[in-house]
Amino acid sequence: MSKIGVLASRIRVEEKLLFAALRKQNVAYDVIDDRKIKFDMGAKQFAEYGAVIERCISHGRALYALGLLEDEGLFCINSAHVANVCGNKLLTSQALFREGVPSPRVMVAFTVESALEAIEEMGYPIVLKPAVGSWGRLLTKVNDREAAEAVLEHKEVLGTYHHAIFYIQDYIEKPGRDIRSFVIGDRTVAAIYRKSEHWITNTARGGSASNCPVTPEIDDISRRAATAVGGGVVAIDLLEDQDGKLLVNEVNYTMEYRNSIDTTGVDIPGLIVEHALSMARPVA
Amino acid sequence: MATTSCPECGADITSDDSTVQGEILPCPECGVELEVTALDPLTVAPAPEEEEDWGE
Repeated sequence: MSKIGVLASRIRVEEKLLFAALRKQNVAYDVIDDRKIKFDMGAKQFAEYGAVIERCISHGRALYALGLLEDEGLFCINSAHVANVCGNKLLTSQALFREGVPSPRVMVAFTVESALEAIEEMGYPIVLKPAVGSWGRLLTKVNDREAAEAVLEHKEVLGTYHHAIFYIQDYIEKPGRDIRSFVIGDRTVAAIYRKSEHWITNTARGGSASNCPVTPEIDDISRRAATAVGGGVVAIDLLEDQDGKLLVNEVNYTMEYRNSIDTTGVDIPGLIVEHALSMARPVA
Repeated sequence: MATTSCPECGADITSDDSTVQGEILPCPECGVELEVTALDPLTVAPAPEEEEDWGE
C-alpha cells in the first residue's frame, strides 16, 4: 500500500481526524511540515509517497507546494489547479460561469470609481469580498452608497494590490442558513446546514451545523461545481435564494469538517483516505 | 501525560496521549494559543498569528 504524505503545519482537529483515519486503514503516513520543507527543483525528493493530502492553513504555501509536488509526478489532494481556482473567488466565479453552474451575479472592477458604478448598477445590498481570503474575513455587506464609498476607499489603501481588485457579489437574501456539501471524487457524500442570526454563516464565525439531506438537486449542483473547479475533494457553499433555487457561493479546497462528521454520520476523513489510496501511484 | 509552563503566564500546560507535534493548545489561564513544538520533553511556543491567506 502506498505511503501518504500529509502536507500541513498547524495540526487542527481535522488533521488529527485524518491521522486517525489513516491509522484505522493501516496506511503509513508522514507529516510534511510546510514551514520546514525545502524544494530542490528538479530533484526527486518525495519518491517514497504515492500521494499527498494537502492540509496547509496557508493558501500561498499550499498552492506553490502542490505545484512543485505535482512536478514530481505525485497525485495530490487537491491539485495545484484546484487550489489556484478555489483559493481565489474571482477565479472560482470564472470557472462556475464558464461551466454554467448557477451562482450569484458577480461584477469585477479595478478602480474605486468603476467599482462604485458597478455597485450602483447591481443595486444594494451587495457583498464586497477579497478575492483571496477565507473564514469570512473582511467580507463586507454594503447597504448604501455612503457605506460603499467608505469601504472602497478603505480597501484601496489596505496596502496590497489585491484589495483593489474589487469583487462585487449580489447579496442573496437567504433563510438564515446556507448549505455546505462535501464532494469526494465524483460523489456528494454529505451536506450540512449552517445556521446563524448573522448573514455570515461560516462555522468558523459561530454558525451552527445540522444535517442536511443530500437531495438530487444538492447532489447535482455540488458535483457540477466540483467539476467546474477541477474536481477532487472540495466543500461547496450553497445559498438558497427566495425562490428556493440553489446557487454556488464558494468552493473550498482544504475543507474543514470537524462539525460535519457527527452531524451527518459520514466518515469524511475516512472517505478522503480511501480516495487518496484509490488515486495513489504505485511506489516501489 | 506531560506538563510544561505557558511562556506567556507560567500556567501549567498538560499534554495527553492524543497530543501531537504541531497541535495548538490554548493556555487554560491566559488563553494564548500555544503550538506543541516537541513531545519529549513537552515543549510549547506561542502559535503563529493568523495571516491574510489562512483559511480553507
